[in-house]
Amino acid sequence: MRRLRGIGVGTAILIAVVGFFAWEIYDKGWVLFFTLLVNGLTLGSVYALIALGYTMVYGILKLLNFAHGDVYMIGAFIGFGVLTALGGSLAPEINVWLLIALMFAVSMLGSGGLGVVIERFAYRRLREAPRIAPLISALGVSFLLQNSALILFGSQYRDYDTFDLVGFGGINIHGVFIWKIRILVVAAAVALMIVLTLFVARTNLGKAMRATSFDREAAAMMGVDVDRVISSTFFIGSALAGAAGVMFGLAFGQIYHFMGFLAGLKGFTAAVVGGIGSIPGAMLGGILVGSAESFAQGYANGNWSDLIVFGILIVFMLVRPTGLLGTRAIQKV
Amino acid sequence: MADKPPTTEQPDQPRIGVDSWVASSDERIEGIRGARGVALGAFEHTPPPFRLAAFVALAATLPLFLSSGNLFRYGFFTLVYIMLGLGLNVVVGFAGLLDLGYVAFYGIGAYTYAILSSDLHGIHWPAEVTIPIAIIVSAVLGLTLGLSSRRLLGDYLAIVTLFFGQAFVTFANNANPKGLTGGANGIGNIDNISIFGYTLTTTKQYYYFILGGFVVVFAALWSLVRSRIGRSWMALREDPLAAQLMSIPVNRLKLLAFMFGAGIAGLTGAIVAPALTGVAPGNFDTSILITIYAVVILGGAGSLMGVVIGAIVINVSYELLTPATPDRARWLFYGILILAMLWKVRPWPKLITLVVTTVALGYGIHAIATATSDTATSGAVNTGGFLTGAIHSYVVIPKNPGRLPDYGYVLLIAMILVLTTVKGWWRVALLAPTLYLAAFVWENLLIQQPSVTRLILFGALLVALMNIRPQGLLGTARVEIV
Repeated sequence: MRRLRGIGVGTAILIAVVGFFAWEIYDKGWVLFFTLLVNGLTLGSVYALIALGYTMVYGILKLLNFAHGDVYMIGAFIGFGVLTALGGSLAPEINVWLLIALMFAVSMLGSGGLGVVIERFAYRRLREAPRIAPLISALGVSFLLQNSALILFGSQYRDYDTFDLVGFGGINIHGVFIWKIRILVVAAAVALMIVLTLFVARTNLGKAMRATSFDREAAAMMGVDVDRVISSTFFIGSALAGAAGVMFGLAFGQIYHFMGFLAGLKGFTAAVVGGIGSIPGAMLGGILVGSAESFAQGYANGNWSDLIVFGILIVFMLVRPTGLLGTRAIQKV
Repeated sequence: MADKPPTTEQPDQPRIGVDSWVASSDERIEGIRGARGVALGAFEHTPPPFRLAAFVALAATLPLFLSSGNLFRYGFFTLVYIMLGLGLNVVVGFAGLLDLGYVAFYGIGAYTYAILSSDLHGIHWPAEVTIPIAIIVSAVLGLTLGLSSRRLLGDYLAIVTLFFGQAFVTFANNANPKGLTGGANGIGNIDNISIFGYTLTTTKQYYYFILGGFVVVFAALWSLVRSRIGRSWMALREDPLAAQLMSIPVNRLKLLAFMFGAGIAGLTGAIVAPALTGVAPGNFDTSILITIYAVVILGGAGSLMGVVIGAIVINVSYELLTPATPDRARWLFYGILILAMLWKVRPWPKLITLVVTTVALGYGIHAIATATSDTATSGAVNTGGFLTGAIHSYVVIPKNPGRLPDYGYVLLIAMILVLTTVKGWWRVALLAPTLYLAAFVWENLLIQQPSVTRLILFGALLVALMNIRPQGLLGTARVEIV
């Protein structure tokens, strides 16, 4: 009975969504649809990378790391710093490909290091504390990072100016214009995710991570260095967030000190929608959230797009808290 | 004399399985000695109604020696933060639910009052009608948000409530200028509180009005937390499963906690809106949320007196750190540094070494900087008052600092983090340059933007408190039994 009702609700939602898109495509045409879709995919891969950090940390520590969005923001600023130091996108001093690779590398290292420091000083002592303590600590770290960025970088927007990067124009497919840099961004996100999946599945450290996430105490008894595993998790998750920050800068241009707050929330939404703890789920969730935001901006009033994304999250949490690809966790007491 | 057996327990954590009364016996014997013991004993032996009465009596004399503007900033807003903290304390401190949308209820109360008593929609209802309506609207919305807590636990609840707060700001921001909430500009020209024909006009009257509100809320909460409901909340906070097994209606109590917290926030909002004569969406964003959390956490979640003390400390430092009064901000900053040094650096040889090293280091660096460059120490002190001379000859203030203060800031954070990992004389050795660097960064960077600085400090305060003393100033330490 419950299952039947679930299928009924699912079908109704599907029909409503398809109907909405059919009407909008009929009304506004295919070009807008595909433009928004490309936009949504780009945005979605950024959210997916943020979601991965949430998922990994949540899987191991059961901690909602509010500061993750701000690590992403710092990553974007590090990338911008590298870009500016090497001449800016209008007159880069080195090969463009090398420049982009360098931006990613420095930003990922810097954000990863920041993540490790945050874990070491803000969360490590609180592992056995009541659940609310690390959450409040995370909230404090988030504020500290946001306002430190404000006082260091100022409140103005910074522009990556990537549309002027040498050799990066766009291509035109039947009226749908796609910036090449966006293709690069999506490809980089997919590549990072494949590397991460292989890493978690094949290496010893990946195995230790899975073991720690399954049962920390048992893993420690089997000789897993839990502190090291948690530090590595924070490093990898934060490095991915840093990469996401650079990607956002490359694909959308403007970065500012407050960008991490909403992006972090949306990344978390993506993690929940995809099913927390699942790496392909994070990708799927990211693309869903990114597309939802993009279509909401294109078809409805842009101001309300955040609310639509949050609405999706709340529905998912209430109706299917395990997400699309997650498995139901049994809570031991 | 046998050595004590090695202990695996953390010294600053309560021991699991040991009766806390027995475990803290040494502490209590220590506690009753000296002047501090006498004061604490006197405090503990005063019946709570007298404590409240003493506080109110003190607070009531405040208007006698504060100017109207200072009364509003220091007196009125301290009471506002006390009330907000008391409401949040119900949800976070007693029921143990992390509500990050709390500031929205404050906003909803303020907006409800503003919509029902302003020129925007031409409605001018009296306050005896609008204030209850504001409370009811907030409480009902709190109930609605609380409904999600039936299915969501811990972190998921936190994120949904955070969205709720965000949704409120988005909603208030995006109405038309003539729409329900007045859009991004908010609502101006709100009527003064007019209750049963008596209209409040001066700051003093508003101050006494909110003081009355505080007494009512505090007394109500004080008796509530000692009632069956309050005890059930605490049982719920400690262990929801065990509470449920003891046939405590867990879901109903969660909803009640949300309703109570939201109602108190709504009441506060409805008093603040007319006092400010205007509301805007920006008044209810996450920076207020972090301030309220700092109030509750500093005082100790679950302690009513703690909230009062936390609110006084936080609001007074918040108001001292305003762009208008860099002098007072400076007093606060150096005062806290010196007090912390006197309190924490023991024994006295270390303290004296530290003071001598810091002073010598400062003058040394200053002399070197002056000798090497003309402009290195010729920057202007940001309106230093009578400390100007001392600062100018001690802290290096370059004329064109460039990015130097920014690097100093990052270095300062790194040094503070390293400080927490070293012990003994190493710490003293590292503390001296850190203190000097702190003074340098403060004079060259932080004091230029106090409104950002205070949020940085509150964020750091939350992290530090959670790591050093999670129970706050007056809370009791808790052990989560797993």
